[in-house]
Amino acid sequence: MEREELACLITVYSENEESYLFHTPNVRLVRFQAEAMEVPLVETGTAGRKEEELYDLGRALDIARVQYGIEGVVTGAILSVYQAARIQRLCQELSLWCFNPLWHTDQEAYLQALCDQGYDVLVSGVFSAPFDESWLGRKIDARALAELKQYAAQYRITLTGEGGEYETFVADAPFFARRIEVVSATKEYTNYRGVYRITDARLVEK
Amino acid sequence: MILVLDLCYREHSLGYEEFVMPIARIIEGQGTVVSTLHYRRNPEKAMTRCDGVVLCGTPLQDHAFLQCPDAFSWLADTDLPLLGICAGMQAISLAFHGEVFPALEIGMMDIRAIASDPLLPDQATFPAYELHGNACTVPLGFAVLAESDRCVQVIRHRDRPIYGVLFHPEVRNEGIVERFLSLFCQ
Repeated sequence: MEREELACLITVYSENEESYLFHTPNVRLVRFQAEAMEVPLVETGTAGRKEEELYDLGRALDIARVQYGIEGVVTGAILSVYQAARIQRLCQELSLWCFNPLWHTDQEAYLQALCDQGYDVLVSGVFSAPFDESWLGRKIDARALAELKQYAAQYRITLTGEGGEYETFVADAPFFARRIEVVSATKEYTNYRGVYRITDARLVEK
Repeated sequence: MILVLDLCYREHSLGYEEFVMPIARIIEGQGTVVSTLHYRRNPEKAMTRCDGVVLCGTPLQDHAFLQCPDAFSWLADTDLPLLGICAGMQAISLAFHGEVFPALEIGMMDIRAIASDPLLPDQATFPAYELHGNACTVPLGFAVLAESDRCVQVIRHRDRPIYGVLFHPEVRNEGIVERFLSLFCQ
C-alpha cells in the first residue's frame, strides 16, 4: 500500500431490514451520495441472512477489485466487534487491506466535528428508547448533540448510534460537490421504532 | 510523558487513527501526556523525555515493520518500561532475538492466563480482541504470561518492565494499558 486513493463506494442492499451487518434505511440513496462525491458506486443485493450476507459483500468487493482495482476497504466501524471482525476476515480472504479509521474514536468529538465542519446528517431511523417520532428526519446539530449526550448519560445509548439505537443519512459533506435535497419523505413510527423514508430526493448546487 | 510509537507502513497512514489514537486516548484518559511518533522518526531521541513507551499494532496486511529490524534494536538497550501491542510485541521479540511466524487470529478469543501478573485481568480466562497475521516466539529472558489455543499472547521480561501483548487491549481490555501506566510509568 503506497497511497490511499478513493476508488469507489460499495453498497449492499439487504432485503432484510433487520440485517445483522448492513445499514438499511434509505440505503438506495447512496447512489446520490456517490454522484455528489463524483465517485463510482458498486452495488449488490443480499437476502440479509446472518453470516451468508457477508459473502454477498465479498461479491461486491470482487467486482470493485476487477472494475476499479481496489487494494483495500475503508469501513465506518466505531465499536462493533461483530462487524469489524467479519469484514477483517473477508478482506483477509480476498487479500485486501482493511481500515477502520473511526475505530474507538472519541464519539463526542466526532459528532461535534461533523456539526462544526458542515455535514448535513439526518436521522433516518430510530430503534430504541427514548427516541420519539420528532427525531425522524432531524438534523444532527448542536442542539441534537446536546440531547444525545443527555440520552447517553441517562439511557446508556452509544452517542453515535453504534449499538443500532439510531441510523443516519448524510445529505451533505465538505467533500460533496453537490448536496442532496430531500424532496419528500414519510415517517413510520411506533413504540420507539421508526423510519424516515426518503421517497424523493435530488442533487442541487451548493 | 508516554511515547506511543506508530508501527504502520508509513507516517500519517490510514492505520494511525485505528491503531495509534485509541491507545493515545486511553493514556490521556489517565491524565498522562502522550506523544505519538512514527517508528522511523528516531524514537531514541524522544525517549530522553518520556517515562515509558507503547508500541502499537498495524493493519492485518501491514508487515512492513518486519523489513526494518534495525529500527527496533534500541528496545533491547533501553531502561524504559515498554509495552508492545500486536506488531509491537513482534518488534520486541525480534529485538531480543525471537522470531516471527504466521499465525492468523481475528475477532474475540479466550485467553488463558498461565502465570499471575499485575498487568493481566484477575481471571484465569478472559476474552480479548485479536487481529494479527503473525505471532512470535518467546525470546530468551522472557516468561509467558498468557496464551490462546493458537499461540503465546502475553510475555514479560524476567527482570525488566517489558511486556508484549499480541491481542488488542484497546478493545475491551483497556485496563492492561492503564495498569502498565500506573505500575511502571509514574
